[in-house]
Amino acid sequence: MSYDVAIIGAGPAGMSAAVRLRALGAAVIVIDEQPAPGGQIFRGIERNAASPVFPALGEDYAKGCALVAAFRASGAEYLPSTQVWQIEDGWNLFLTTERKARHITARAVLLANGAQERPVPFPGWTLPNVMTVGAAQILLKSGGMLPEGRIWIAGAGPLPLLYATQLLNLGGRIAGYLDTATTPKLSALARLPGAWREFGNLAKGLRWLRDVRRSGMMIKGFSDLRAEGEERLEHLTWEAAGKRHRVEADVLLVHEGVVPRIHETLALRCEHIWNEEQGYLAPKLDRWGQTSRKDLFVAGDAGGIGGWMAATVSGEIAALGIAGQLGIAANPDDLRQAAHLDQRRARALALRPFLDALYPPPRTRLADDVIACRCEEVTAGAIRSAARNSPADPSAVKAATRCGMGPCQGRQCGYTVQALLAEVHGLPIGDVSFFHIRPPLKPITLGEIASLEHAEGAA
Amino acid sequence: MFKSVLERPGVPPDMMVLVNGVETPAWDGETVASVLLRVPDAGRRSPISGTLRLPYCQMGVCFECLAIVDGIASTQGCLVPVQPGMRIESQRGPREISR
Amino acid sequence: MNADIIVVGGGVVGTALAYGFARQGLSVLVLDGEDGDMRAARANFGLVWVQGKGAKAPAYHDLTRQSANLWPTFLQELEGCVETRIDYARPGGLFYCLSDHEYEARDALNKRMHNQAEYADTRMVDRRELERMMPAVTFGSEVVGASYCLADGHANPLQLLAALQQAITALGSKLLFRSTVGSIRPEKTGFTVHATSGSFRAPKVVVAAGLATPLLTEPLGFTIPLRSERGQLLVTERLAPILPYPASGLRQTADGTVMIGATKEEATDRGVTVASATKLALRATRIIPALSAARLVRQWSGFRVMPPDGSPIYAQSERYPGLFAAACHSGVTLAAAHAAIVAPAMIAGRLSRDLAAFSNGRFDVQKCA
Repeated sequence: MSYDVAIIGAGPAGMSAAVRLRALGAAVIVIDEQPAPGGQIFRGIERNAASPVFPALGEDYAKGCALVAAFRASGAEYLPSTQVWQIEDGWNLFLTTERKARHITARAVLLANGAQERPVPFPGWTLPNVMTVGAAQILLKSGGMLPEGRIWIAGAGPLPLLYATQLLNLGGRIAGYLDTATTPKLSALARLPGAWREFGNLAKGLRWLRDVRRSGMMIKGFSDLRAEGEERLEHLTWEAAGKRHRVEADVLLVHEGVVPRIHETLALRCEHIWNEEQGYLAPKLDRWGQTSRKDLFVAGDAGGIGGWMAATVSGEIAALGIAGQLGIAANPDDLRQAAHLDQRRARALALRPFLDALYPPPRTRLADDVIACRCEEVTAGAIRSAARNSPADPSAVKAATRCGMGPCQGRQCGYTVQALLAEVHGLPIGDVSFFHIRPPLKPITLGEIASLEHAEGAA
Repeated sequence: MFKSVLERPGVPPDMMVLVNGVETPAWDGETVASVLLRVPDAGRRSPISGTLRLPYCQMGVCFECLAIVDGIASTQGCLVPVQPGMRIESQRGPREISR
Repeated sequence: MNADIIVVGGGVVGTALAYGFARQGLSVLVLDGEDGDMRAARANFGLVWVQGKGAKAPAYHDLTRQSANLWPTFLQELEGCVETRIDYARPGGLFYCLSDHEYEARDALNKRMHNQAEYADTRMVDRRELERMMPAVTFGSEVVGASYCLADGHANPLQLLAALQQAITALGSKLLFRSTVGSIRPEKTGFTVHATSGSFRAPKVVVAAGLATPLLTEPLGFTIPLRSERGQLLVTERLAPILPYPASGLRQTADGTVMIGATKEEATDRGVTVASATKLALRATRIIPALSAARLVRQWSGFRVMPPDGSPIYAQSERYPGLFAAACHSGVTLAAAHAAIVAPAMIAGRLSRDLAAFSNGRFDVQKCA
């Protein structure tokens, strides 16, 4: 099958781009890993609309209903529960739905595959019942799952506070909150004037904080958090005021911000830019969201973290850029102005500089015995030792340790390896490259690949 | 360690699934990875050290939720919604491929 | 002088030679290239392979055999000076035949090679014998049999490279990364090697820079003809042990992953294609259908370093004695020979006597005519 545009991801950016492109008459296919549209932010929104969970998820969640409805009505072909496992020039996309591989072509590709939580290794992070805050929120949105027992949250950023609020709304309890955020620096406060325009959002954040303080223990100014237990999490320990503290815990939820999903753009050899403040790589994009490669666009958090409102706008902008380039719209600039897309994006991003300065990624030294690569169980010490015997090249460390060679293909250890190489070689982190990402983008079976032998156009 | 808010006394579950042969209640919209968190010892065992692992990210990037779903091994459980009668088995150590 | 000998190239050929030199007590400086250089050593399939090698070149076959036989000792000595362990096994290796035609052709090749020299370690095994050898496997219906060679084995090529690199340092020599060599200048005595990290002097220089070798030797009138051939490889997730024997194009590593390889292509870019993955996956699943359930984790490509006749080149410049070149495919299989035979021959000036068949002079059209 052949399309004008293949959009990967049915979150805010992908959906809004699809709606725009369809309105302009483009032939659009939207491919998404999830079984229903909404992305992680609006996950399960159609099903949850009638659920008792819905009111507890808050106002922002409810705002996704209209976008999902517009997407459903847009006439874009929609492939849920589908993984894109390779993209070749041209563009040729290779997909698998329910174990059946297929091949489609598109004149342009829009990557709207969002973000993932920043992996931050610490002692015990591989223990059962240690998971991310985002994971817990997804469980809440899919099946209304609430954690039971002594729930601890450790981390920083708006998401833990939002999740905590949602949990409390549903009658859940939190045993304690280990706040890893550093005191706001002057640089963060300097950016406040811009942020004031979004005062509504800020006030909500403060309300979350107050609620959390009221519900349990709020711990600040600690170090060396460890999750411990035999076969699963049993207790947490940390260092504070010169003393080691220890509490019983059944679930630990961690969160240190989100980073763009870059495996696709890295595999496609797009240029990337290192964001020093937030410690992540993002593809270099022009004002329409086009990468360094013609007809390959990125929208939403995959192009740099901006949140769902900014993602929605960037999806529309990329849609217009693609339509202009493919000759589907003659006047993309006029359409961009008419829809006030730049003003809307600026508004959506108003709070971002403040948040970015307030929540820098943690840069504490990893102990040698901490597992950095969950899949292959490679420790920070093993990576350091390999790094001392190699140039500051992640490929050399990967070859020497198998770090990044497991099924997650480096999605959990990439930044850790980069940081450890920088540490060993005395370089700024941004000067060390990321893993070289190899296909397939997702581990598909040999049978699925072999089946393409007789598939149309697979030659 | 997790329980659905939809679970109330007298309200039957949306469906039953089989986890390592045991009938287990499940709820519409939840994924295989979510079920793994509710059944004791349903996690996978690492093919390297053999240690127990449970789902970590729920969004398709950590691969800790790999399980055998309806006979298909190394399935990312967090991407598969439950279906009535679904057979979910733990993947322990390096996977076996059937003859 | 910065060293007794400079080796240009930190891949598996350059480091095995350097390791051989260092073991003889020489001080060696190895200059490795940039991170992004073509690196056959890192794309390697990992066979320590004898059967079928040098079918038309008896000297190459003999060297391969010697190297495969030296491997256990080579490994023991190497592991004695570094912490890195190298997965290695020599259970014998298979070449699967998927039709009567393939089976007969392979049988004929084996017989021809037996006629070159009396080796009794390679034989054809039929399907029934294969099934006895590998009881955990159900073979595809097309599998007729295989040729089986007791001398074959396999090793982890990445661990080998890491160990060799570490051994050089452990033996008191030096390895510099990100030191791409731009030119080699003959001096009154010895050579100056100009690299991105500086200029270095030594009485002897060995160029083992893979496909980049001719770029450095040609300006000095030292011709090392090479052609590149792209190969694509696949590797699966870790599986419980299923393949007790490595095979040409299909082996299970000690980690449990299954490697499938490799295509032979003229392409010069480093890309990989779904079309090639499909071909490789198809062949593997025709041999063992159960592999169709295994998940592919990674696909990559590498470039074979191919002399025109397929045999290695070990040569010394006639015009500038002390300048050597080493270039070959099969750097893993030959690693033991490089350290124990080729390196000592280079130092002792016995290259033209002991390894005459591998000189670059064999490509000289005028001489041959």
